[in-house]
Amino acid sequence: MFEYAPAPESRSVVDLKPSYGLFIDGEFTEGSGGAFKSVNPATEEVLAEVAMADAADVDRAVAAARRAYDQVWSKMPGAERAKYIFRIARIIQERARELAVLESLDNGKPIRESRDVDIPLAAAHFFYYAGWADKLGYANLGPNPQPLGVAGQVIPWNFPLLMLAWKVAPALACGNTVVLKPAETTPLTALLFAEICQQADLPPGVVNIVTGAGATGAAVVSHPGVDKVAFTGSTEVGRMIAKQVAGTSKKVTLELGGKAANLVFDDAPLEQAIEGIVDGIFFNQGHVCCAGSRLLVQESVAEEVVDRLRERMKTLRVGDPLDKNTDIGAINSAEQLARIRTLTEAGEAEGAKRWSPPCELPERGFFFAPTIFTGVSQAHRIAREEIFGPVLSVLTFRTPAEAVEKANNTAYGLSAGVWTDKGSRILWLAQRMRAGVVWANTFNRFDPTSPFGGYKESGYGREGGRHGLEAYLDV
Amino acid sequence: MTAQLALDDAGLRRLLHGLPPVDQVGADARAAKLGTRSIKTTAKARALDLAVRMVDLTTLEGADTPGKVRALCAKGAHPEPDQPDCPSVAAICVYGDMVGTAKEALAGTGVKVAAVATAFPSGRAPLAVKLADTAAAVEAGADEIDMVIDRGAFLAGRYAAVADEIAAVKAACQTGGHDAHLKVILETGELATYDNVMRASWLAMLSGADFIKTSTGKVSPAATLPVTLLMLEAVRDFRAQTGRQVGVKPAGGIRTAKDAIKYLVTVNETAGPDWLDPDWFRFGASSLLNDLLLQRRKLATGVYSGPDYVTVD
Repeated sequence: MFEYAPAPESRSVVDLKPSYGLFIDGEFTEGSGGAFKSVNPATEEVLAEVAMADAADVDRAVAAARRAYDQVWSKMPGAERAKYIFRIARIIQERARELAVLESLDNGKPIRESRDVDIPLAAAHFFYYAGWADKLGYANLGPNPQPLGVAGQVIPWNFPLLMLAWKVAPALACGNTVVLKPAETTPLTALLFAEICQQADLPPGVVNIVTGAGATGAAVVSHPGVDKVAFTGSTEVGRMIAKQVAGTSKKVTLELGGKAANLVFDDAPLEQAIEGIVDGIFFNQGHVCCAGSRLLVQESVAEEVVDRLRERMKTLRVGDPLDKNTDIGAINSAEQLARIRTLTEAGEAEGAKRWSPPCELPERGFFFAPTIFTGVSQAHRIAREEIFGPVLSVLTFRTPAEAVEKANNTAYGLSAGVWTDKGSRILWLAQRMRAGVVWANTFNRFDPTSPFGGYKESGYGREGGRHGLEAYLDV
Repeated sequence: MTAQLALDDAGLRRLLHGLPPVDQVGADARAAKLGTRSIKTTAKARALDLAVRMVDLTTLEGADTPGKVRALCAKGAHPEPDQPDCPSVAAICVYGDMVGTAKEALAGTGVKVAAVATAFPSGRAPLAVKLADTAAAVEAGADEIDMVIDRGAFLAGRYAAVADEIAAVKAACQTGGHDAHLKVILETGELATYDNVMRASWLAMLSGADFIKTSTGKVSPAATLPVTLLMLEAVRDFRAQTGRQVGVKPAGGIRTAKDAIKYLVTVNETAGPDWLDPDWFRFGASSLLNDLLLQRRKLATGVYSGPDYVTVD
């Protein structure tokens, strides 16, 4: 066996401070709600103390955003706004390595993903929306679209900087100012982003970052000075937000959970389909709302696909996120690990067959071996509930119609995948899938030009692409 | 083998076109991802030595002379004369008329002699000429024969003709009590599609190939990582179905140690560690060896020497 020697990325590129404040009106300030600790999920070491924003802090942030909106940002010509956003994009590229290491430290994701996916895509989103800033009138959304005002944004822990980019880039391009709350387990790259805003000479108050837990998020969402709410996270919290803003004039976009079907037909490019299945569910430890967590395989090739998948899974390397050869890093928190365990135990109790490749997990930190369940039926909890971990449920189908029926038989509708060599079948299926994205012969591909969002309990509104502008404009 | 299968062109077409299709975008992406593995320190040292042992050190020039071939043989047997821990290469690969010279120069070293045959590199000659070409190289002592397939016949769908020719050359490798290993060159640059690479791989294996090889080195593109990945998948699946293990040899265009290590990673994670051996994986290359030697020195001493610290051939 060819054992790869450890190839750790250096931590020295990151200058971690012992404590971080809030970023309000262009300055780092103390918070008045106490502090919380951000932990490295791979080692359980405390990385830094971060200020907890209370309602008064949120109030200050919203007031700063309002001032910046009224006095500077909404009045600035689009071409001028674009210069700032381009500058931010370039600084993200320049500081990519620092951001990637910090993201892996704080989140637990493998450095090869933060380095090759998260950070480049985040920069790409800023570049893309910078290009729109002076062309809003040509986006086919109306002749003279106007910004909404102050955007209150709450983002999840699975792609901390990338979700920030998805939210902040279009908001700024459209002329809005923002108050953003990163997830409490992964606030550090957002705070480094605040430094980048300073470095880019972004006018004070255009971007404000308030850290904290659920209460802070609720204060942002319910603040009367917020004109637009954007949330990515769990369906449960999404429901609460929808109730909170109902009856107000706030515009809302919600990007929530998923339980995507990945359909493999018997004429599929099998070897690439196996890669797609692996990318679909084991990318980012399965912490992906559009993860292909339900594999639906045509019965005639089901056995072969599962055998090949097992062989492939034996080559997945689980462990230190900062090792450049790690494929699967740490689960983001003890709480999430417990949830994954509960649901996998439910899978076994309901009679599904569980399998993981032999792999040694580190003793410290939150780790979970890549897992597949075979013999799963639509009625099992593991086929219905979002696990948000490296756990795949394998189901089978016999005909294309049955595949569509099973794929759509879920409360969610964020994404789907189809693997077949037949172009006509791809088009036939794409029309029938109730999902925001349907990937054909690929999975988990993202691009700033492509809209993203859900059906049913996966939320409403679209982010990315020209469609993503509409969420931040009065048209 | 095809006689046992008793398949004509139509039968072979059904068999080969029944293989799972290849999605080019996905195959390229997989190869690129395997290329990002970071091989350091002890793993790198091991990979460099393994790569040296897998090299088929090659000279295939019209201007080849006995002197040039003897120099290459000396280099292949002792790549680093002052470092006895440096392994020998797997084989010296020459044109058929140079086999005798190479065989003599390599006597007692354990380094094999490989000869290209069958009207290499175009393969455009009557079968009788190709077989005579092969027999002459085998008679002269070649341990391995690198043959080219008839790409014209393959692209025209005349699969049985390709299969019969491979089987006939395989038989020629075994005449007169010899048992030369047969490496079948698919010339993947001329096959154009990944589906064709997969089909040609299976056709060669079914017809008795001991090794499948990407290229002659005379056509661009020569070896690429995605094509090698596909061939590794083919040999893995072939062994799973038939129990017979076939080797893989990318050739042409692999010049740096960094590239060679990407290939080794791909072998490791595709076909598996069983193929990480000169018996089952080779590099057809002329300039790769020197970079492997430079990197080997760098790892041992911590500093780069320079091109003058390794021999030119």
